[in-house]
Amino acid sequence: MENLNSYLIVSAVLFSIGTIGVLTRKNAIVIFMCIELMLNAVNLTFVAFSRYLGNFDGQVFVFFIMTVAAAEAAVGLALFIAFFNNKDSIDVTDANLMKW
Amino acid sequence: MFDNVWLIPLFPLIGFLINGLFGKKIKNEAIIGGIGTLMIFLSFLVSCGILMQMIGLPPEQRVFEKVVFPWIHSGHFKADMAFLVDPLSVVMIMVVTGVGSLIHLYSIGYMHGEEGFYRFFAYLNLFCMSMLLLVLGSNMLVMFIGWEGVGLCSYLLIGYYFHKKSAGDAAKKAFVMNRVGDFGFLIGLFTLYWWLGSNHNIWTVNFMEIKAASHLLPYGGVVTVATLCFFLGATGKSAQIPLFTWLPDAMEGPTPVSALIHAATMVTAGVYMIGRMSFVFIKSPDTMMVIAVVGAATAIFAATIGTAQNDIKRVLAYSTVSQLGYMFLAMGVGAFSAGIFHLMTHAFFKACLFLGSGSVIHSMHHALHKIHSHDDAQDMRNMGGLRKAMPITFITFLVSTIAISGIPGFSGFFSKDEILWQSFSNPYHGNLNIVLWGIGAAAACLTAFYMFRLVFMTFFGECRINPGAKNHLHESPLVITIPLMVLGALAAFGGYLGMPKLMGLLPNYFEHWLDPVFELSTEYGSTYAQHGEHLSHGLEWGLMGLSVLIAIIGIGIAFTMYVQNTKLPGKFVATFPALHRAVYNKWYVDELYDYLFVNPCKAFGQFLWKGFDVLIVDGVVNGVANTVMGFSGIFRYLQSGYIYNYAFSMALGVVVMLGYFIFK
Repeated sequence: MENLNSYLIVSAVLFSIGTIGVLTRKNAIVIFMCIELMLNAVNLTFVAFSRYLGNFDGQVFVFFIMTVAAAEAAVGLALFIAFFNNKDSIDVTDANLMKW
Repeated sequence: MFDNVWLIPLFPLIGFLINGLFGKKIKNEAIIGGIGTLMIFLSFLVSCGILMQMIGLPPEQRVFEKVVFPWIHSGHFKADMAFLVDPLSVVMIMVVTGVGSLIHLYSIGYMHGEEGFYRFFAYLNLFCMSMLLLVLGSNMLVMFIGWEGVGLCSYLLIGYYFHKKSAGDAAKKAFVMNRVGDFGFLIGLFTLYWWLGSNHNIWTVNFMEIKAASHLLPYGGVVTVATLCFFLGATGKSAQIPLFTWLPDAMEGPTPVSALIHAATMVTAGVYMIGRMSFVFIKSPDTMMVIAVVGAATAIFAATIGTAQNDIKRVLAYSTVSQLGYMFLAMGVGAFSAGIFHLMTHAFFKACLFLGSGSVIHSMHHALHKIHSHDDAQDMRNMGGLRKAMPITFITFLVSTIAISGIPGFSGFFSKDEILWQSFSNPYHGNLNIVLWGIGAAAACLTAFYMFRLVFMTFFGECRINPGAKNHLHESPLVITIPLMVLGALAAFGGYLGMPKLMGLLPNYFEHWLDPVFELSTEYGSTYAQHGEHLSHGLEWGLMGLSVLIAIIGIGIAFTMYVQNTKLPGKFVATFPALHRAVYNKWYVDELYDYLFVNPCKAFGQFLWKGFDVLIVDGVVNGVANTVMGFSGIFRYLQSGYIYNYAFSMALGVVVMLGYFIFK
């Protein structure tokens, strides 16, 4: 694993793409997918370091993250459906009831 | 029996509570009026018992203090809820409960069918309780409770017809002017308390204790200050110059109220207060002179106004102010028992006059109401010739008028003549005496004139009432005429209690009765009295004759002007239009006060409202709110409500934090 850096660079690029997606897109599903992208970028980092250090702790973390992401997807999608039922839209700019 | 003195104010209080709390539910006028009248009548019976017992005691034992309960005990300061029974307070409770009972009885008839009948009786009972506290209080604080209480009841009863703006205004005027006087009373009380306490370590507000310590008080100096303050209080309560203008306006209240509060009892509170503290007042020759001068000036000033008023009650109101002036004149010349005597006789004949005028108004009102006329039922120009329709009212009214005019044999003569003689012969005021006597005599002439003018305009001559209403005029019911007859009899014969020594027919019971109360005051007075040559009996007889002659002249003028030649008043007005206008408009005193005090106060109030309250107070409050709103207007843009904005600031925060750790 001499080229750890290349893994990390790919991971950083993926994370940045995810972040920019979250910040710029309005569609909740797309934002959600971008969050998945960010989580997976982190997963990639964990796995790369795990291989590099010869320690499996990082891979255990990845399992946890994937589990949480799956739960999150379930809850998130349920929320979006509830939101869509009310607003006929999943545009996050329509979720503005708290705004004065 | 003296121990039962606390029952006297208690009965009216019970009446007040019953009628005040349940009157609305009781509804039945006979029960409400019966309770109110019964309660004050019970007080009258207890008062009679006390009077009888006191007569049986030797004069030096006629002082009794009944502590009902300890009230304020704090350090030096001690004030109990306590009543003082002595000859002076007994005279007062007899007048208040006696005249009060009659007026309560009269009110049952007079107020029949009025809205808020129960309210009237509740207030009337509350008034009686306050007045009895005032006259029975054994220290200045209990007296002050009563002093304020009667002011409150006066306000409530003047404003009884509160839906009329004029009644509301009159009530406010009375209350505010009384407050000015009350302020003086309090300052006087504090001054006396402070001086005796800090100089002689006698911290007391109790009348008897002050009396015992009164030899320590200096002549003049601090006593002048304190007594002038007390006198200011008296001028407010008793409608003297400069605080007299509220009393004529107070006639907006129902007539029994005018009779009870604004003629017989409350307005005499100032006179009583000076009598109660005569041993302090006499120690200041300057105050005595001020009182005498103010009294005399008020007597003549109010009498002149009374000559030109057309409202029957207003004439009587100015007459009351004028007669109160006589009482103060008596107090000011050191003739304390004569002043209290006039207070008593005045209570009889003036209550009778007011109730008589009420009877006339009642009858006029009904007659005019029957034909749906809107003529003023109180305007004497609409009356005339009523003596045939209302014989009992006429006779009692005439008797009281003769009494007030000072015709020998009737009560007013004895008391007024005593005051005039004392103002001439007293040893305190030197050359001023002759002026005081002259003013008093002139006012007596005017009194006779305007009172007989009233009688002639109301009861004699042609009937000027709307012809249709004439046949509806009738005598008032018994419940109204019985009090008139009793008071008329008292007005006629009450004076024999205090017949001048000079006449020698009867001893002057009244003066002997009050002697123990005023003995000490006379003693203090003698230290600075100027003993001139002894005045002969011939002179006293002569002055007496002169004052009777003056009264007869007044009556004669009234007879010429209002019975014989009714064109004369009109001619007189045409000859002296400016004089008539000034007198008719009460010498423009109200306008002067408006200009001097009321309008500046209003302007100051406007300034405080528009300048201070709106600009500064509201400005600060609104300014703070606006500043906060301005800032939040800026910061609200941070809370866009869009998720990506929040996410962006979160990401930015993470970047900044990471950058810090990386590049530090």
